[in-house]
Amino acid sequence: MSTIEIRDLTKKFGTFVAVKDANLSVAAGEIVCLLGPSGCGKTTTLRTIAGLERATAGDVVIAGQRVNNLPPEKRDIAMVFQFYALYPALSVGQNIAMPLHREAVGSREVAARVRKVADILHLRDILDRLPGQISEGEKQRAAVARAIVRDPKCFLFDEPLSRLDVELRHSMRGQIKAVLSNLTKATVIVTHDQLEALTMADRIAIMRDGLIEQVGSPHEVFAKPANVFVASFIGTPQMNLIDAQFKSYGNGKAKVVFDEQDVDLSVHPAVANLKPGRVTVGIRPRAFTVVPEDTRDTIDAMAELIEPMGAETLIHARTRTGSDIRVVVPRNKRVKIGESLHLVPDPAQTHVFADDGKAVRT
Amino acid sequence: MTDRVSFRERIGFRRVGGVAEAGWGRTLAVALVSFIYFLPVLFIIFTAIKPQALALSVPPTLSPTSFFGLIPDHFVFTPTLDNFASVFSRVMTAGGQPESTGFDRFFFNSIVIASASVLLALVIGTLAAYGFSRYPLKGNDTYLFIILTTRMLPAIVVIIPVILMFRAAGLSGSYLGIIMLYTAFNLAFTVWMMKSFFDELSTDVEDAARIDGSSEIKVFFKICLPQVIAGLAATFVFGLILTWNEFLFALLLTGPDTRTVPVAMNQAVSSGGRGTDWTLLAAIETLFLVPVFLTTFFLQDHLLRGVTFGTVRK
Repeated sequence: MSTIEIRDLTKKFGTFVAVKDANLSVAAGEIVCLLGPSGCGKTTTLRTIAGLERATAGDVVIAGQRVNNLPPEKRDIAMVFQFYALYPALSVGQNIAMPLHREAVGSREVAARVRKVADILHLRDILDRLPGQISEGEKQRAAVARAIVRDPKCFLFDEPLSRLDVELRHSMRGQIKAVLSNLTKATVIVTHDQLEALTMADRIAIMRDGLIEQVGSPHEVFAKPANVFVASFIGTPQMNLIDAQFKSYGNGKAKVVFDEQDVDLSVHPAVANLKPGRVTVGIRPRAFTVVPEDTRDTIDAMAELIEPMGAETLIHARTRTGSDIRVVVPRNKRVKIGESLHLVPDPAQTHVFADDGKAVRT
Repeated sequence: MTDRVSFRERIGFRRVGGVAEAGWGRTLAVALVSFIYFLPVLFIIFTAIKPQALALSVPPTLSPTSFFGLIPDHFVFTPTLDNFASVFSRVMTAGGQPESTGFDRFFFNSIVIASASVLLALVIGTLAAYGFSRYPLKGNDTYLFIILTTRMLPAIVVIIPVILMFRAAGLSGSYLGIIMLYTAFNLAFTVWMMKSFFDELSTDVEDAARIDGSSEIKVFFKICLPQVIAGLAATFVFGLILTWNEFLFALLLTGPDTRTVPVAMNQAVSSGGRGTDWTLLAAIETLFLVPVFLTTFFLQDHLLRGVTFGTVRK
């Protein structure tokens, strides 16, 4: 079985802890994205799986075998690098053929397999060129071709699309996903682009400062962020995170105070177990309904800046005491600058985070 | 567009576009300055093809041709190749027997000693540089600095201990001794030069090769070395020029059998009795220029990239 598992993985560079107690398992045929801001340890995690870095503590298990002490060439993996890392002195065809050399296959077989992946990735016409003579998109495809030409135990991608322009990135995202879905290998993709992670991954592991903050399906991490960091990192425009005082809970509603407004919010019943005190309320910009009347259920704010985004309109509104609230409304909803907005949040999309930043759901 | 290199590019003009090409005035000014610098070399080459009798004539003869009457006749000499013939053997005036000058041997010595020591330094230095670049020691920079200091020291400072060491080890006058010395000389430069080339390479490419199943040896030979060919060429030429021209150590540490051309030339100038044969000396010098000139000429494409650090990437 082609699986990857990391157990309590820690990687230190001197005194700097790049990855701390990371646990993650990737099933056969599953694509897991490591997502996080730059410097969060996601590339280090990937390089440790590849064997390019040695784990300080913990285990890396590939296909059921502990590989901590195996060098990269013995781990039977394929990796695509951020800057493609094509061999400059070899032609595209020779680059793709390189991983096959260790398999002791005949030159006719090598040529046939190179031709096969070259067809999949539309590289047929440039097999004789050197990496210096082809475009960024072609380099990217050549790097992917080199990874899939063999039949390794798993695939690792390090920011595979970050160097492509927007249009190319869009089409390559689909192509890579299509290629990978035909292979039943464990795949780890490192990215800092949440859209890339949400579209390509079966599951996403969100990292910050060397810690894995949450692992879940794209839907899960979006709909049920485990903590304030994940809530703020996933989703555009960013989720509104409002500092508030929690007073009490009753009838499925929490009484909270923020910016001198008393609001009754429909929230998760687990909030009942919370002691009164400081909380963070998270509401996605698309989770508001604009109502005509100011009631106890509404958050009130004044439209300050209006950004049309095509199908929808993003409104930056300000409460009386100066907190920013982002609201997304359909295109046909006309709002003028200076207009008072009465906002009712969708109960299913209202998150309460306790003082320690963790979501209150149990 | 074709990729054909035009004659103008080949002779060093910049490609038009982006940077404007200089006008005729500036081009001629540069040509004139270049000519002034080239004049001594030209004078030596012309002296080498002069009849011996005209070597010290006053006023000097300047050119083997009148350039269609441009140069007055009394400055023009009739070119001859006699001097080159007599570099290797000359007919003595008294007895009439051809006598060997020994320069065939000296040229052979220079070629063997210079190429052996530069190639050795290149092999050892490149391996060392790769080590310093990819497998740094604790205090890596200190080691590199110490290596560099061997180059900062004026050679004259170490000459006495070196002579004593060579005497004690019985290396004086041997090929092995002088080749080892020159190798050590070139190593510092080679290590520094090649390290900077290895540092420029993307380590991702090497990691990719490792993942693709290459051993460390294969990574070095198949992936890294092909990327630093320009650096190897540049380092080779610089080392060759330094070693080819070296005089001081060659004077003190080579024997009659292992003497190099610079030392032999010096002795030809000061050989007592008959006075200096200037046309013969000019012929030797002209021949002495040829190997370095040819090497540089054949490696010029690599040299252009090699001497401009930081452009080898990608």
